[in-house]
Amino acid sequence: MPWSRDDMARRAAAELKDGFYVNLGIGIPTLVSNFIPPGITVQLQSENGMLGMGPFPFEGEEDPDLINAGKQTITELPTTSYFDSAQSFGMIRGGHIDLSILGAMQVAENGDLANWMIPGRMVKGMGGAMDLVAGVKRVVVLMEHTAKDEPKLLHRCTLPLTGAGVVDMVITDLGVFAIDKSMGDKEAGGMELIELAPGVPLAEIRQKTEAEFRVRPGLG
Amino acid sequence: MANKIYPDAAAALAGLLHDGMMIMAGGFGLCGIPEKLIAAIRESGVKDLTVVSNNAGIDGAGLGVLLDTRQIRKMISSYVGENKLFADLYLKGELELEFNPQGTLAERIRAGGAGIPAFFTKTGVGTLVAEGKELREFDGETYVMERGLVADLALVHAWKGDREGNLVYRKTARNFNPVMATAGKVTVAEIEGLVEPGEIEPDQIHTPGIFVQRIVHYPSYEKRIEQRTVRKRGA
Repeated sequence: MPWSRDDMARRAAAELKDGFYVNLGIGIPTLVSNFIPPGITVQLQSENGMLGMGPFPFEGEEDPDLINAGKQTITELPTTSYFDSAQSFGMIRGGHIDLSILGAMQVAENGDLANWMIPGRMVKGMGGAMDLVAGVKRVVVLMEHTAKDEPKLLHRCTLPLTGAGVVDMVITDLGVFAIDKSMGDKEAGGMELIELAPGVPLAEIRQKTEAEFRVRPGLG
Repeated sequence: MANKIYPDAAAALAGLLHDGMMIMAGGFGLCGIPEKLIAAIRESGVKDLTVVSNNAGIDGAGLGVLLDTRQIRKMISSYVGENKLFADLYLKGELELEFNPQGTLAERIRAGGAGIPAFFTKTGVGTLVAEGKELREFDGETYVMERGLVADLALVHAWKGDREGNLVYRKTARNFNPVMATAGKVTVAEIEGLVEPGEIEPDQIHTPGIFVQRIVHYPSYEKRIEQRTVRKRGA
C-alpha cells in the first residue's frame, strides 16, 4: 500500500540527526515536525527570519508579529533567535543549514528540481526555494509519485528549474530514491531506488517513473 | 538635534514622492509592513511606481491597495502567490514583474545599502533567473552576478524608535525592514512606540539612526494575520 502523507513525513523525519538545523517547506514537508524521532533535537529555521520555530499558538495567543514562511501564526522557544532577511539567507546560502525538505512538481534523474513555475499558468514566484536548494547542505524532496497519473520523476524536467543538480533524495508515496549528484549529466545511473513503500511492487514504480534508476540490490 | 519626527504619514512623505520612482517597502506577507505609509502613498496618488517588496500584499491589504488603484507599474518580488488581482493584472500585461529569489532580493538590498554595486551568488545558476547575466567560476563552482539595489525611498515599520531614528523591530516583523532602511536614498520609518534617546539600550538597536531620515509615530496598527493557525489546549 502506498504511504500516506503522514507516512511520507515520518520517513523524511528519519533523515534528521541530532543537532541539525533544518528548513521545512510548505505543504507535506511541514508535517515532518510532527514526527521528529525521540532523543533528537533539531532547530527549525523559518526563512522570514527565525531560528528555533515553535508550535502553533493556543487560541487567543496568536501574535501577528510572529509568523513562519507560510504566513502561519507560530510561537517561539527558549532557543529562538530572530534576524533580518539578509542574514537569514546568509545562513541558507552560506551552507549553515544542514537539511532542507521541500515539495516539487518535477525531479530529474540528475538532481534537477522544478517547483516554482508553470509558464503561462502559475505566477507565484520562487520565494526562498532557489536559495535553499543552492545553499543547504542536503536537499530532500517530498512529493506524490505522480500528478494526475503523469510521472513527476523524469529523465529531464520540462518545467523551468528551481535548481540544477541539487536534489539528494526523493521520498514519494511509493518509495525512496537517492540521487548521486556527482554523476551530473554525464551518464544515467545517478538515481537509485533504495526503499519501497510496504506492498508496492517494483513493477508499479517502474511503470510510474520516467527517470532511469538503478534498484538497490535485494529490493523488490 | 535635527527633528526627524513628523506629525503623520502624509507629512512624513511630503516632498519625497514623484511619478515613476522606485520605492522599497518592508514586510513579509502582511507581517511588519509599513501599513500607514502605504495608505499615505495611496492617498497621494503618485503613480508608475516600481515597488521592491518581498510580496505584493493580499487583495485589499498591504501593497494590494496600490494595485487596486493601479499606482504600481512594476514589482520586484520573490513571491506574489497570495494576490489574485496581481495575477490578473500581470497576465493581462498591465503590471511588470521581476522575480528575484528571496535571498538574492535581500542581498541586492543589503549590497545596495552597503555601497556594493554587484555580487556573485550560486542561487539561480542554471535557471531562468541567471539568463542574460554574467556567470563566473570561483573555486570550481559557477556563480551568477546580481546587482545591488538602491531605491529613491524606503518605507519601513519598526516596533520602537527614538527621536534620533534608532530603531528596534519585533520578532519576525523584522524581516526586510532593516536592510531596506539602509538602501533608501531617503528612509521613512513608521513606529509603534516613540521613546527618548537613551531609552533604548544602545547594544539592542537594530537600525542605527543614520539610516532613518523621517519618523512617524502611530500607537495602533491593523496588523492583519494571513493564516491564523492554532493548537488546542492540553494537546
